[in-house]
Amino acid sequence: MSCDLKIEEIINGRGGSALDRRSFLKCALASGAALGMTSVAEPAAAIPSGAASETEDNARFVVEAKFYQKLQNRKIKCKLCPRECTVGDKERGYCGVRENRSGTYYTLVHSRVAAAHVDPVEKKPLFHYLPGSVAFSLGTAGCNVNCKFCQNWDISQSRPEQVPAQYAPPQRVAELAKQYNCPTIAFTYSEPVVFSEFLMDAADAGHAAGIRSIVVSNGYMQEDALKAAYGKMDAVKIDLKSFSENYYRQVVTGQLKPVLDSLVTLRKMGKWTEIVYLVLPTLNDSDQEFRGLAQWVKANLGADVPLHFTQFHPEYLLKNLPITPVPTLERAKAIADAEGLHYVYIGNVPGHPAQNTYCPKCKKMLVERVGFTAGKMLIRKNKCPFCQEQIPGIWHA
Amino acid sequence: MSTLDKDSRRSFLRKSLAGAALLCAGGATGALAAAEPVVTESSAAGMKSRVVVARDELLRGTGSTVDSHRMLALLDRAMQALFSRDHAHLDHAVEAWRNLVRPGEMVSLKVNTLGGRGISTNVQLVAAICERLQEAEIKASDIVVWDRDSTELERAGFHLAMGGERVQCFGTDRVGYEEELAAYGNVGSRLSKILTQRSNLLINLPVLKDHDGAGVTIALKNMYGIINNPNKYHPNGCNPYVADLNMLPEIRSRMRLTICDATTAMYEGGPGYKPEHSWNANSLLVSTDPVALDHTGWQIIERKRAEKGLKTLEAEERAPHYIATAADAEHHLGRNDPRKISIVEV
Repeated sequence: MSCDLKIEEIINGRGGSALDRRSFLKCALASGAALGMTSVAEPAAAIPSGAASETEDNARFVVEAKFYQKLQNRKIKCKLCPRECTVGDKERGYCGVRENRSGTYYTLVHSRVAAAHVDPVEKKPLFHYLPGSVAFSLGTAGCNVNCKFCQNWDISQSRPEQVPAQYAPPQRVAELAKQYNCPTIAFTYSEPVVFSEFLMDAADAGHAAGIRSIVVSNGYMQEDALKAAYGKMDAVKIDLKSFSENYYRQVVTGQLKPVLDSLVTLRKMGKWTEIVYLVLPTLNDSDQEFRGLAQWVKANLGADVPLHFTQFHPEYLLKNLPITPVPTLERAKAIADAEGLHYVYIGNVPGHPAQNTYCPKCKKMLVERVGFTAGKMLIRKNKCPFCQEQIPGIWHA
Repeated sequence: MSTLDKDSRRSFLRKSLAGAALLCAGGATGALAAAEPVVTESSAAGMKSRVVVARDELLRGTGSTVDSHRMLALLDRAMQALFSRDHAHLDHAVEAWRNLVRPGEMVSLKVNTLGGRGISTNVQLVAAICERLQEAEIKASDIVVWDRDSTELERAGFHLAMGGERVQCFGTDRVGYEEELAAYGNVGSRLSKILTQRSNLLINLPVLKDHDGAGVTIALKNMYGIINNPNKYHPNGCNPYVADLNMLPEIRSRMRLTICDATTAMYEGGPGYKPEHSWNANSLLVSTDPVALDHTGWQIIERKRAEKGLKTLEAEERAPHYIATAADAEHHLGRNDPRKISIVEV
């Protein structure tokens, strides 16, 4: 069986038997893993002439949004993310997937899955969460920022009607996760903040079926929404894109502070959280920024929060930049290590020793990773088998 | 408020079909050789951009619907005033159109239909333009009337038409967007295939209205309707996004003329239609300089706001600064300095 299952085959089951883990991993290693890039989304193919852009009944994707406030003159204020879009009647917010219809705000992407794959959790990456397991991973159209380096821009920066999608209601998502032997549902690819209502319902359906949920997010979210939506997650990965407000403003079209606030909130909520920092040559790769980041993480989240420095590959609007040199990533890691963080990883560089997990006390290797697979996993009962040091994370199902 | 009755729909289609038939009978390659050079900048004396404001108080007669004959006459007056040079009056409006288009060109008419029947580009105006384009020897089937969404076009009163010899009319939803990104400055978007594959000449047909975020939405901002991700470009009053978007070569190279439909205009509460904040301006604003046209339209809205006792857009912290950005040294999309704009009222 090929890993090139189309989304409709995955969701509607026309692809035949379930994707077995071995063939999936083989595919992942052969393609995406080699580059550290995910080929996640079905291409947003042009709609053939004469055909309607949406073959599905739109109404079933439209559900009243949870996080907004009604204003005068049929306007609303979105309370989902810090952008707080004020949206007039018949208009959409910045994300492009939430629409004001006569003073009521709706999400247009509930159960509207634009990308679905079975991925190793290492691909998210979550390194301290069920190593070697796979997650039924899905995303919808839309995003509440516009990162100039986005690798999934064809879905994240599109409106729902511009992207081929399948109807996958929460119960169906849970069934699919079971069908593909995934202990976890992962909300990922575009930006789960913008499909929070779907995420919450699908997580509930998953939990009822004994399946966990994780989210890969930018963390650019209001506190109440974060608590309500990500409170349902078993683990969270936050893309902290920089430690500079200027970078967030110019490259991300967002703000840094609300993301830092979200990380602190997640910490207070006791959610297992890992941080990814994509290193872009010349834009967010100074010693000062790496040091400031590491110091902030240690002071506000603790030394045990995994921090992944990952390699950038030219995409979207930043094709003029080179791939991040490995020595730059190693410099970032060295600075974070020196600041006292216990679990600093290098990502998107297959075979690099900093992809492995080491005991911070005895320094022995505890989890060996090859590509997106966990080759060895020595942690037992959340402890280092050599020195009995507690190793934080969710290691066992 | 303009509405489209059955008669005007029939009239629109009849004119389209008649135009196609006329073309088949005509041929007229002589007109190609005699055509004036295409006007891409104002030809007014000096360095001024010309903006024609054509007005007809009786445009709606005694009813609420725009009279199609008077609309055609108003359009003719506007086009003749725009393309008359050095006091040389154009005897017939079709001469003005021959300054603009050449036989064989594929002409796209980008309307604005977000506001439904309340405030969208008038069907009668579009019908009048199609009639004159065909007289200027553009094949009916080489004209496409379009916006982002077919349903919105229908709601505004347009009949969809794909294929055949008629004027074409459909939304980008029917053909999709280019796969490749078009990028300039802060903008990276996928462009409608109607623009890139169905037209080599763009006539912009916006409406004149207030916009709660951008200040006003007229010519330059109407280009938000040709990209896949307009929602990304509303922060900071759409500045510099509007200007950056209009810099895309695919747009700039095709943009030939703006005819702003100000039969109904809106001074507050936009972009959605608010009848309580609308007025019958019974006007067209026409220019080859979209920046000058936007500046002129903005001032018209400000005058109406003052008349209604409303604050200026600047006082409301939503002045359309993107117009100045479009005129700056980097973008140079037109002129926003009133001293360099010649407003011709007819």
